[in-house]
Amino acid sequence: MRFAVIQFPASNCDQDAVHALRNILGQEADLVWHKETSLAGADAVVVPGGFSYGDYLRCGAIARFSPVMQAVQQFASNGGIVLGICNGFQVLCEAGLLPGALIRNRSLQFRCEQVYLRTVTRRSPFTRAIPGGRILRVPIAHGDGCYFADTETLATLRAKDQILWEYANAAGNPTDDANPNGSVQNIAGICNARRNVAGLMPHPERACESILGGEDGRLIFDGILAYLRERAASRAA
Amino acid sequence: MKAKIIITPKKAVLDPQGKTVQNALEHMGYSGIQGVHVGKYIEIDLAPGSDPETARQALEDASHRFLSNPIIEDFRLEIAD
Repeated sequence: MRFAVIQFPASNCDQDAVHALRNILGQEADLVWHKETSLAGADAVVVPGGFSYGDYLRCGAIARFSPVMQAVQQFASNGGIVLGICNGFQVLCEAGLLPGALIRNRSLQFRCEQVYLRTVTRRSPFTRAIPGGRILRVPIAHGDGCYFADTETLATLRAKDQILWEYANAAGNPTDDANPNGSVQNIAGICNARRNVAGLMPHPERACESILGGEDGRLIFDGILAYLRERAASRAA
Repeated sequence: MKAKIIITPKKAVLDPQGKTVQNALEHMGYSGIQGVHVGKYIEIDLAPGSDPETARQALEDASHRFLSNPIIEDFRLEIAD
């Protein structure tokens, strides 16, 4: 499969994403510069972490108007798979591809540590390969990761099963102590109503090989690949 | 002519910066402070002879779409000489 990894000025996890996709998962991965207007036939898009446009104004606010994001909007509206990681999650929220917003961490600290995630639903390309009950251990590295949405939006997210991951403790309980940034309802990642666009603050691409401390992040990419292969097979049939 | 845009966090949104500044003010001995909200101030220089009403409409739109995020922020726009 062919992944497009979007590259904004001051993206800094773009190479991590390409490394994980190419060298660990054995897929094709192309960097796509923010001034591009086409995704060149990609099967899936990763909007990576970093500090696009210096985080000026608000995280993701300027990136969302870049030429390549118009192509990502189009790709998503055609049902294409889009995964936003960290700053990528912020960009997708600013772009209106995902509901809610990410604000300054409750502690005001930049948090760089391993967290545990409970997968709330396996009903998405991003979570389908995660074994039921498996708690993921993945790193976070952000200063503005506190997820916020109004009560009406939160009710819709719950009702439509769009919350994919919650911050939890090692036993899988979403406690306040396990919430690294103050996110409402411990939300770490969500998807859109159509379930083809997802965003999360933790970094699965940094948790794809044991030398980096764990392989749990692979399960998210494995799910995307399984979905893409199934879709390709059904289109060929 | 200038446009002044004042952006503040919405009441329902956690404002840890405001809370921290409030705590610091209290520690410094400033009393009677009920709340602190830290926002942003944007000043835009308008071309001489701009029509204030046209500028207001354009910047209201820009403030909604780009300069503020209506999910988490409120804004106030002023056009001044």
